[in-house]
Amino acid sequence: MTISPKLASPVQLSPAGRAVNLIGPDLTEKSLKLHLEGLSRVDAVGLEHRASTLGSRSIKTTSKALALDTIIKLTDLTTLEGADTPGKVRSLVAKARTPDSSDLSAPKVAAVCVYGDMVADAVGALGSWHGDPDAGLISVAAVATAFPSGRASLAVKQADTREAVAAGADEIDMVIDRGAFLSGRYGKVFDQVVAVKEACRRADGTYAHLKVILETGELNTYDNVRRASWLAILAGADFIKTSTGKVSPAATLPVTLLMLEVVRDWHWLTGDKIGVKPAGGISSSKDAIKHLVAVAETVGEQWLTPHLFRFGASSLLNDVLLQRQKLHTGRYSGPDYVTVN
Amino acid sequence: MANATTSFLDYAPAPESTAILNLKKSYGLFIDGEFVDGRGSSFATISPATEKHIAEVANADEADVDRAVAAARRAYDKTWSRMSGSDRGKYLFRIARLVQERARELAVAESLDNGKPIRESRDLDIPLVAAWFFYYAGWADKLDHAGLGSNPRSLGVAAQVIPWNFPLLMLAWKIAPALAAGNTVVLKPAETTPLTALIFAEILQQADLPRGVVNIISGAGDTGATLVAHPGVDKVAFTGSTAVGRAIAKTVAGTHKKVTLELGGKAANIVFDDAPIDQAVEGVVNGIFFNQGHVCCAGSRLLVQENIHAEVVDRLKNRLSTLRLGDPLDKNTDIGAVNSREQLDRIRELSDIGEAEGADRWTASCVIPENGFWFAPTIFDNVQASNRIARDEVFGPVLSVLTFRTPAEAVTKANNTPYGLSAGIWSSNGSRILAVADRLRAGVVWANTFNQFDPASPFGGYKESGYGREGGKHGLAGYLQPTTLDSIGPAK
Repeated sequence: MTISPKLASPVQLSPAGRAVNLIGPDLTEKSLKLHLEGLSRVDAVGLEHRASTLGSRSIKTTSKALALDTIIKLTDLTTLEGADTPGKVRSLVAKARTPDSSDLSAPKVAAVCVYGDMVADAVGALGSWHGDPDAGLISVAAVATAFPSGRASLAVKQADTREAVAAGADEIDMVIDRGAFLSGRYGKVFDQVVAVKEACRRADGTYAHLKVILETGELNTYDNVRRASWLAILAGADFIKTSTGKVSPAATLPVTLLMLEVVRDWHWLTGDKIGVKPAGGISSSKDAIKHLVAVAETVGEQWLTPHLFRFGASSLLNDVLLQRQKLHTGRYSGPDYVTVN
Repeated sequence: MANATTSFLDYAPAPESTAILNLKKSYGLFIDGEFVDGRGSSFATISPATEKHIAEVANADEADVDRAVAAARRAYDKTWSRMSGSDRGKYLFRIARLVQERARELAVAESLDNGKPIRESRDLDIPLVAAWFFYYAGWADKLDHAGLGSNPRSLGVAAQVIPWNFPLLMLAWKIAPALAAGNTVVLKPAETTPLTALIFAEILQQADLPRGVVNIISGAGDTGATLVAHPGVDKVAFTGSTAVGRAIAKTVAGTHKKVTLELGGKAANIVFDDAPIDQAVEGVVNGIFFNQGHVCCAGSRLLVQENIHAEVVDRLKNRLSTLRLGDPLDKNTDIGAVNSREQLDRIRELSDIGEAEGADRWTASCVIPENGFWFAPTIFDNVQASNRIARDEVFGPVLSVLTFRTPAEAVTKANNTPYGLSAGIWSSNGSRILAVADRLRAGVVWANTFNQFDPASPFGGYKESGYGREGGKHGLAGYLQPTTLDSIGPAK
């Protein structure tokens, strides 16, 4: 009996530590595929029902005040436009530092998120405010890897990443190759995440944090979202992120909930904590609070920290500030009482 | 204001206000369109969450039952049986709309009197009540299409006795099809939960329903027994325990009365190893801890495939630890109060038996309020099919976990109960779901979901879970008789 050529020469994958620990030292396209296909399926109706139940929590008074401040502290204030300029980035940074000039008790956001070529401007504008959000400072996140489509060669994606890191980006938001994923080439997606992770390495041996964008709106099914989340984590993601914000639907509560469940399962399995970032489509405080509830009741309150949960948003911040003003003053103001950026 | 030490998960209280209620100090019996004094000695209804007095309620004695049945008979003969279906429908639509208008008030009253979380009374009970009236309002002028031949006839006066677990919803299940089919009603709500039925009587007045078409008499078990045995009654509909259902069946045996019984259950929730695991855990939790487990179709037996038993139990415990027990009127409460001290005692007794029989008891840690009747969500693991907690209906937040090895064994164990009301199947394999569902002897089989109700869907049991169906077209059959050549009469 002859061994089939496929078995004789399996496609070896990059030996990323987490995948080797979980799947075994002989990491191949086939073993990865079997692992991902062996994950429990998702029942869409049940998932959406659970999300809507979590969304019906009533968060009032002191809990609401705490939630609003938490949302600000977890926000990646974002501008991702073709028309971005140094001036626009400086304006964004000013807003990140002082979200509400009429109330200096409002916390700072976690990070500003920009295209790779604007990183230097963001770093410059932040000056001494640039740093770890845990230390009360503001990070710079850069989208990379031919964002948002991801349609470029691996070499281009790595170069894109390296440049952003060299310019001072603390976090890299990469996109996965959805085409490869949807055509079943999980190994290709995996190897690219591993390679981009390597490109996040700085000269001193430390790494920029890697957020892996799944673009769940293009993956379409919850089963795909679970597999892609698991794949990204196996390949070394520090964060899994829902969307680029350029595709609709972007972050929905059921998708975030599902990704939180993956992260919770990973934590149970390995003890490691992976972050989750819903991005795009969350523009009201009400929606953001539903996400906080989902985090706290699914994976635990300890996840409500900038290193484990972020909102990718641009217009959300002002709605939170309006709600915050309402809580402090007892009356609603209006869009002219918060600043544009 | 928030400070750094506050835990987000300690949600600030978010109580639904009781200011919307406009309760009377005491309620009479609703007979012939008005509230009248009862001849029996009145009793108090209390809030099971605080044991505080809510209102004084009249107690119907034999003479009161006579009065109510006579009123229902008059209304049947003079108005309701002569009214066109489309006119009956108009009244039912009006009732449905009034229920929606007063939904918040009804939800608060229900949670206050019953102990169930406001989230459930607001999002499930009351919307379903309105849906039931809307649904059967549509049937009132289409009875020719109910599958009983043309011109099916109403039965006459229906005696309806309902339980305390879904007070207003069970009222709707009973009254809506009865009226749509052209019958008049004497209904007795449960002793511990008469409040929403009495507010519903006010809604009937608001709707201008002709007097006597619906009569609501409060009282205890003897009132119900008198009503069921009354010779002026043509139909008996009962939801409650199997013991009482059996007594009712004996009472009416040999009479002309038509009977439907919706009784107890000990449903199996079957989780296969290819189930969507997070949703299955959620469904199991919803299956048994919804409404404090006071649900006849509750999934009180978890049958889990042995190879995923440990994982499923771990996940269940983790999920149960996030349930919030407390004030039923707080919008964030998941588990409310047990309805009565009597029921609490029964849950405790059966749980102690479970422990004595050797099952592993695990209880979610939660703070139990000082007053009121409470039972923390509890799981019994390693339960054997012969244990009493696997056989007896606990009617409380207590889940028994059993294992199986093959689909065949799952079916055998699921069917190995004197009951047969409902069952659940969790699997990602569609053909397996169909094959297993086909072999389960239960009136309702849910697949990858549990405790879903809809007025268009019939509900009812096999074996000791009762007979007859409620809901859907099937629900009309309990209140109509096919017209035969020798029975063509004026009434429809």
